[in-house]
Parts: sequence; C-alpha cells; structure tokens
Amino acid sequence: MSIENKTVESIPAITIRFAGDSGDGMQLVGTRFTDTSAVFGNDLATLPAFPAEIRAPQGTIAGVSSFQVQIADFDILTPGDNPDVLVAMNPAALKAHLHDLAPNGMLILNEDAFEEKNITKAGYKVDPRESGELDGYRVFQVPMEKLTKEALEEFDLPGRAVLRSKNMVALGLISWTFNRPLEDTENWINDKFSKLPEIAKANIKALKTGYNFGITVEAFHHTYVVEKASLPPGEYTNINGNIGLSWGLIAAAKKADLDLFYGSYPITPASDILHELSKHKNFNVITFQAEDEIAAAAASVGASFTGKLAVTGTSGPGLALKSETISLALSAELPLVIVNVQRGGPSTGLPTKPEQSDLMFALYGRHGESPLPVVAAKSPSHAFYAAYEAARIALKYMTPVILLSDNYVATGSEPWNLPDIETLNKLDTNIITKLNTEDGFLPFLRNVDTFARPWALPGTPGLEYRVGGLEKEEGTGNVSYDAANHQYMTDMRAWKISNIANDIDKLEIHGDESADTLVLGWGSTYGGITQAVNRLNEKGVKVASAHFVHLNPFPDNTLEVISKFKKVIIPELNTGQLLKLVREAFLVDARGINKVSGETFTAQELTDKIEAIINE
Amino acid sequence: MSKVPVTYKRTDMQSDQEVKWCPGCGDYTILASVQNFMAEMGISKEKIVFVSGIGCAARFPYYMNTYGVHSIHGRAPAVATGVSVSNPDLSVWVVSGDGDSLSIGGNHLIHALRKNVNIKILMFNNQIYGLTKGQYSPTSEEGKKTKSSPFGSVEMPLNPMSLALGAEATFVARSIDMDRDLTAGILEEAKNHKGSAFVEIYQNCNVFNDKAFEQLTNKETKVANRINLVHGEKTVFGEDGHKAVVIRNGIAQIVDTKDVDESEIYVHNIHEENPSIAFSLSRLSHGPYGPTPLGVFRKVQRDTYTEEVHSQIQMAKEQKGEGELDKLIRSLGTWDVS
Repeated sequence: MSIENKTVESIPAITIRFAGDSGDGMQLVGTRFTDTSAVFGNDLATLPAFPAEIRAPQGTIAGVSSFQVQIADFDILTPGDNPDVLVAMNPAALKAHLHDLAPNGMLILNEDAFEEKNITKAGYKVDPRESGELDGYRVFQVPMEKLTKEALEEFDLPGRAVLRSKNMVALGLISWTFNRPLEDTENWINDKFSKLPEIAKANIKALKTGYNFGITVEAFHHTYVVEKASLPPGEYTNINGNIGLSWGLIAAAKKADLDLFYGSYPITPASDILHELSKHKNFNVITFQAEDEIAAAAASVGASFTGKLAVTGTSGPGLALKSETISLALSAELPLVIVNVQRGGPSTGLPTKPEQSDLMFALYGRHGESPLPVVAAKSPSHAFYAAYEAARIALKYMTPVILLSDNYVATGSEPWNLPDIETLNKLDTNIITKLNTEDGFLPFLRNVDTFARPWALPGTPGLEYRVGGLEKEEGTGNVSYDAANHQYMTDMRAWKISNIANDIDKLEIHGDESADTLVLGWGSTYGGITQAVNRLNEKGVKVASAHFVHLNPFPDNTLEVISKFKKVIIPELNTGQLLKLVREAFLVDARGINKVSGETFTAQELTDKIEAIINE
Repeated sequence: MSKVPVTYKRTDMQSDQEVKWCPGCGDYTILASVQNFMAEMGISKEKIVFVSGIGCAARFPYYMNTYGVHSIHGRAPAVATGVSVSNPDLSVWVVSGDGDSLSIGGNHLIHALRKNVNIKILMFNNQIYGLTKGQYSPTSEEGKKTKSSPFGSVEMPLNPMSLALGAEATFVARSIDMDRDLTAGILEEAKNHKGSAFVEIYQNCNVFNDKAFEQLTNKETKVANRINLVHGEKTVFGEDGHKAVVIRNGIAQIVDTKDVDESEIYVHNIHEENPSIAFSLSRLSHGPYGPTPLGVFRKVQRDTYTEEVHSQIQMAKEQKGEGELDKLIRSLGTWDVS
C-alpha cells in the first residue's frame, strides 16, 4: 500500500508490551504479533504475564494481563527490559505498566475505556490523561471500541461478542505501525474459526479496521521496521519452554526405543506439558491425568517398572507431594524424570510468576540419604535439550532425575534453530533379557562403569524379581537389614550419582576469559546474565560468565573454572541457593544478586548490579 | 496372555524368601490360597505382577515368585495403574490392608475402581494396624480399645463393600481367610473380570485383634452369621435355611424364611447394572458382626481404562500416522534463515 506521506524508519529492535484485562485477549494479540515477526525473520523473545485468577474483577489492576515481546534484527537473549511501546486497553493496564515504559515511549490507549468508572476502579483520582503524568511519552488515543462496533455493525453478533474483537483492532494498528503484513494472522483466524465463519470474518474485519486506522490517521504515518535478524542459518520455529520440554521427552523416548509415559495432575504452570503430550498419542505417548500429585508420581514408578520412559511433571507444591515417591524410585533404582516448573513459593505462593526457589528442594527435598541428578533448562528452546539430557541420565544410570524449568522458560518463547533429528544421540538403557549369572538373576548386580543395575521388565521369563523401598542387599536385591550392607548401599547410591560428573558437558566460560570476575548462573537467568556480560564487555568492563545446566553433580571442571577468577557473582531468583551450594562445594566467597519479586532480572538490572560489585 | 494354558506346582509360585508374618497370622492361609490359585490360573508367571503398599499384608509380593513391587504406603493402586496401563498384557494384582487401602490410600483406591483399571485389589482387612503394633484402623469398630484409643475409638468405621460400590467398582466381593474354597472361587471370578476387582478378605490378626471374625468362623456361630451370596440362587442362610434376605422398597432385610412367600426371597444377581441392591446387601452388616454377606456382590461389564487408553493411541495412529520427530518439531510452522 502506498501512502503518500508514510515514512518507514528502520530500527534494530523494539520491545512492545500489550496490556489489558485478562479477558481482553492480550496474550493472543502478543502471540500473533510474535509469530508474524518470527515468520518475517526477526529474532525475538517473549514474556507473558498473567494473574493467577482466570478472570479477576474487570477493570482492576489485579485483573491486568500482559504480553511483552522484543523483536530484533540481531541475536537477542531476553524479552527486553523496558518496553518502547505500551498498548493499554484500559486505565488499570496503564496504571500497572506505565512505570516500565521507556522515556519518550509510544503509548497507545484505548480511549473508550477511559470512562470515569474505569479510571476510579484503576485507583486514579484524576484522569491520568489530564494529570500530566503522561508527559514525556508519545500518547496515541484510539477509540478502539467505537471502531470495533462500527466495523462489525454488519454482522449479526451480540454486543459482547463484538467488543471481544477490539484486541484485533489493536493488533491491526500495531501491524501497520511496525510494517507487518496481516496475511499470517488472517490465515490463523480462518483456521481457528473454521467452524464459525461469521466470527472469523468479524475478527478479520476488526483486524483490518485497526490497520486502516493507521493508514487514515496522520499521527500513525511515521512507521517502523525491524529488519530480518542475521541468525545462524537454519530452519527455525518459535517455541516456548513447555512445548520444547514436551518434545524433548518425546524425542528421548523415541531415541531410546521406549514409549513415553507421562503422569501428572493439573497445576500451573506445568499443565501445558500435559496438554501438549496428550496431543501426541501417535508417538505411543501415554498421558495419565492422575487423581493427585502422589498418584501421578506413583503411576510413573509403575510405568518405569514395566519399561517405559516414565516422567511425572508438576510445579513446586506438587514436588513436595511427590517427595516420598521419588525416594521409592531412588531406592528401587528405577529411571524416572520429575519435571518441576518452578513458580513463586512457599505454599501456593505466586502460581503464575517465575522463581528459582526450588533448587535446594530438588537437591535435598527427600528423607534419608537420597542424592539424585538435577538438570535445569536455561531457555525455551534449551528445554528440549534439557529434557533429553534428563532422560538420558535417568535411563543410563537407573535413577530418578529432577528437571527444573520455571515459569519464565515455560511460557516465554524464542526462535529455535531446529536440530537434525538424525544427529541426536541414541539413548542407552539397561534393559536385560537374559540371566546375568550362571546361578540366576541378580537384579542389583551393577554395571561396572555406571553402577546402574539391570532393568528387567515384567513379561521377561526367568527374570521375575521383587523390588521395593526396603533396603536391598547388593546383588540379590533381597530385603536386607544388615548394617554393613546399608552403609555400602548408601555409599553406592551416592557414588553412582557423583560419578555422572564425568559424563556431562563441561562448564563453559562465556565472555572475557581474562577477567577477574565470573558471573555464575543456572536456569532461566541465562539470557539476562549473558546479555549483561555482553553489554559490560562492549563497554570494556572485564567480566565472564558460566551457566550450570547440571546442578547435581556439577561438571567435573567446575572447580577449575571457578579457580580462574577472583570474584564470583551468582544472580538467582531466590535468596541465595546456588550461592550456598557453590560456597560449600568450592569454598569460594561468592556474592549473590538475589530477587524474589515474581519478576525475572532485566539485562540492565544485572548489568548495573554486576558492574557495581566489580567496582567495589 | 499365554495361548497355551500354563500350570505350575504351588512351590513354583513360592519365592526363595522366608515368610516372616507372625505365627498363626491369617496372611499365611491367604498366601497359600493365592499361590494354589495362581499355580493353576493359566497365566505364565513372568506376566504376573504383584504390587503392594505398606503394612503386614504388603510384604506379600516378596513371597511370590512373580514380578513384584513393594511400594509405599497407600499408593499401590496408583503404582499398579501405571503397570497395567503401560503393559495391558500383564496380570496385575494389588495386595493391601485396611489401613493402606482405606486410610492413607483411600483416594487411590476409589479412583482406580472408578476408572476400572485392569487390576485386582485384594484388601486384607484385619480391622487393626498390625505392623505399627496395634492402633485402631478405619475399619475398627466404634469403642475399640487400642494403644491409640485407650478409652475406645470414637470413629465410625468404613464399610469397604459400600465404599467400593459407591466408587463405581465393577467387581466387588468379600471372603474370609479361613475359607480357602470361597477365596479361590472369588479369585477365579476376579481374574476373569475385565477391569478392576475389589476383594475384601477378612483376615485374623492373632496378635493385635484376635478373633475379630469369630462370629463368621466359629463352628457354633458361623452358620447363623454367614450369608453366602451365590449368583442365581435364593439368598437363605442359617440352620436349614431358616433365614432369608428379601428386598423391600429397595432395601435388603433379613426375615424368617417361614414368614415370606418363597418368591419374595432375593435371588442374587451379580450382573445387575444398578448397584443399589448390592449396596443394600452391603448394609446388612457393618463389620463382621451378626449376619454378614460373603461372596461376590457385583460383577458387571464396563470398558476398562487400560483398554480405552490403548484404543485412543491406536486411533491417533490411524488418524495421524506413526509419530515422526521431524514433523513434530515443524508442526508450529517454520522459517528459513540462510
């Protein structure tokens, strides 16, 4: 479309935040804009944020839901710090998010929502548009509801259904402003509402109305474009952590020649893994929605006993409930992956917010001496590989493995350079089909390299054996109360796990290796930490980073890496859990940067805090 | 299941582990009944899995020369669900006690029954906590004096038959340790049942709750107190059948046989779809006191969870084809960067 006085400014990156009532469809608008940008070829990262309540009271701050996306023409690692553009669908959304908007940022308001009632409900005493508090921003008022009503007059739809389409007006306008074609979203709408063609048409009309508003109104004639990113060549998809993790499990099962069993009880934010896996029954995936968290874990132990790649998934409170069952898998030495998508705790805590506060619980949250491997996903696409790695360790070492994700990894998305499935390593198992001694079957006769016991599956003649939670005699697996045997088995279970340190990727140093300061992280803070270190290096500040994927055992070169630096800084979304582990294991006077506000670190926040510690 | 019927000797079903229940425990009799039954059940032993929780009864798998999991307290039905649904070819048996099944594991029991998972649950009910040395259990009678209830239990006990029927169980039966023939008959019925079977077996704990079932075992009293439920037969009991069960306004009642017309006497039908009569029969006693029904209460057909899960997998494969990883990771749309 050629518009006479349209200008297109090319910019390297932009961060846009959509905010509105939780019923306003902001997640949808954000996802659509993200997908269109992904297909266009931008690098991107997203951060959805929504209330724990499905529909908190309309118009209140408690009910505000938002979706932030950063798109860029270069390789980015985070969804951006402060948004450059804020779309606020009502006064509450404005109130909740204005403080994050960058100076001189673009503020698009749905002016129809700024009635006195809504303004008061949001907690404003005066209309913020008149109080001067929007000075310093570029404010664009758009009558989104009026536009929607007029546009959809021709459709025979109830008033509420009409207003529901106002998010499409917003999306249309943003698409115009950032030079994104509508086709991708039109196709999506047609597909989604294929059985409701009237609704599909109405939504497309609303989308175009927003776009055309941009064409018509001169204020929107200065537009922007973020060019394609120069990402490494490859085929990409846009993926969030819950889906990446689910696919990683499916891939692991396939590459181990096993079927996948996933036992779970619905819990935020892990439920999407259950939803995703339930779709893929044609991969022989069995999903078991259990009566409770304990049953989800217990059925997974049963599945593991029969030779499945057994996985149970949950979030913090559910992990607490599974604790005893995990100990059973550990004692019976059965492979099991336990997924914990961490959220704010303790107790019900902040169900929809990210936190890394279950690290100690993953390592130590069991009775008795019960070490097990812990693996953490560091980004949405890495969740695929982390799941694969957790399964590899569980199957190879006949042990439960805890796989940590968090709400930030789980719901955030990024482009993923797809791997060549052929090149993914096959996964070994300890399945046994014949007697392992001349005198009979010894279910606890271990592999001399891995200390793993053989995995005899029901249905295999001659290997009938019994296993349980009582202490077992090494070799025979018979119940044993012998003192020396218990000492030996306790030590053996610990050796088995610590021995894995030799069989995992080494800890790698990123950034300036000659620096005196190392920033050490784990899990979802990867993007923020790496970006902060990059920014500091660009500024000439000497600093490096390293990121743990394996939290137990640590890679065998960890001490060597840490010893190269004088200062170790550990940023975490908790009060200092990895910090304690590192101080204890390596006797270094590490410093923490800690936060439990229900939000992740911004790259700038980390940049400033790391620099301040370096300069002390 | 094996095509050629397999038969074993009882000793083939015995593991090499020494049985360690207290001398005189009812569990010995049940173990013998189960081993005898399994030897002739016609299923090869590598396809049999015993799953238990915690408690005296839960040691059972260690004594069977089959596959077995001695799991954790109360969770056996959940573990067994995982076993059954993962490999529908297995014959999966849960051995549990009244504390394990009805107290700590109540939730798993009702859901396994509701879902009709293809597992057979044998609940040994001794109305006491034995392994922890004698506290009252959820089936102990009100007023029961134990170490944890020196002034008598103030709790209403559960009626396991009523509970199972209320939980939509498709197979519900009760036996008693001393009656090996009754147990064997019920095990056979349970084995042939498609779906979950719940079998309560009254089991004497001679150490902490001796003679709890005496009214049903003592020569003097058992004839008067055992109501044997037999499919297709009139429900009469007592000396020369002088007592009968009739259903009036949907409620089971015990009457003197001579006082009713023969046609009014309840003819037991285990296949009755509506569970109300079976439930009403379960209310004839609330514990082994006075006339108590024994035998199969209910045996009806319903799709099993185990089969349904696999038929959905089959259906998905027919509709979408065998899963391919290459397609999966591209299923959300991709773009190329060159």
